[in-house]
Amino acid sequence: MAEFSTSVADKGEVSTIYLKGFLDAHTAPMLENTFSGLIDNGKYSIVVNFKELAYISSAGLGVFMAFIEKIRENSGDIKLSTMSDKVYNIFDLLGFPLLYEIFKTEDEAINKFKETKKLES
Amino acid sequence: MKADKSKLKKDKLEINSRTENLAEIRAFINSAAAESGFSKEVIDNIILAVDEACTNIIKHAYKYFPDGKIVLSLKYDKKTFTIDIIDYGNSFEPGLVPNPDLKKYFDEKRVGGLGMYLMKTLMDEVKYVSVPGKFNQVSLTKNINSNGR
Repeated sequence: MAEFSTSVADKGEVSTIYLKGFLDAHTAPMLENTFSGLIDNGKYSIVVNFKELAYISSAGLGVFMAFIEKIRENSGDIKLSTMSDKVYNIFDLLGFPLLYEIFKTEDEAINKFKETKKLES
Repeated sequence: MKADKSKLKKDKLEINSRTENLAEIRAFINSAAAESGFSKEVIDNIILAVDEACTNIIKHAYKYFPDGKIVLSLKYDKKTFTIDIIDYGNSFEPGLVPNPDLKKYFDEKRVGGLGMYLMKTLMDEVKYVSVPGKFNQVSLTKNINSNGR
């Protein structure tokens, strides 16, 4: 049962990870690999697009916790976008909105990276 | 008593302790809950709570041993949905698992413990019975009010 997949698209300096399907303890390692691949290539500005994600359990949420520190240490961030209400509610229950910026659209998340870069330069 | 009994529905699933089986576990809960007439939101919450319970069993009770048994028994009527989940792995003391402080987790790079917190938040009752060396049972209960929520 292949119920989960990720794909990555680079838009300027920002990489977007697209999630599709069911993210649970079985499929979370696939997302870990996707994050590891980006980090290995020095890509630390990451947007995650949840539009086609149907389901997430705490094993999936744990992936974002596992990589955020390393990414922020390298002046990057993980910004989350385009969540269904169902998925947002789970993030909200666990207090994630305090720790991660969550945007309605992928473009808003990408623009936030660009604005931050402008302020720094 | 008789009338109540006839309304009570039961179902059972016995499955091996592998994360690849989580999808089948969710489908099992979904089809039973769909018959119960609960709202989709309630059904989604029950499914997530059961996933978290089974994930904890696979990780902690069986430590990823793939051929441990997990037995899910559910019973429900119009008002209450209960799932008993039994495993024969290592026993566990739920009292030793504190509610997570997400900020602290973040600082300490800890990612465990979220599942149990979700179970307690999404369900009305989470009960553990453990007989070391024999079996562990977690019982999850959701009470439904008249609007199916």
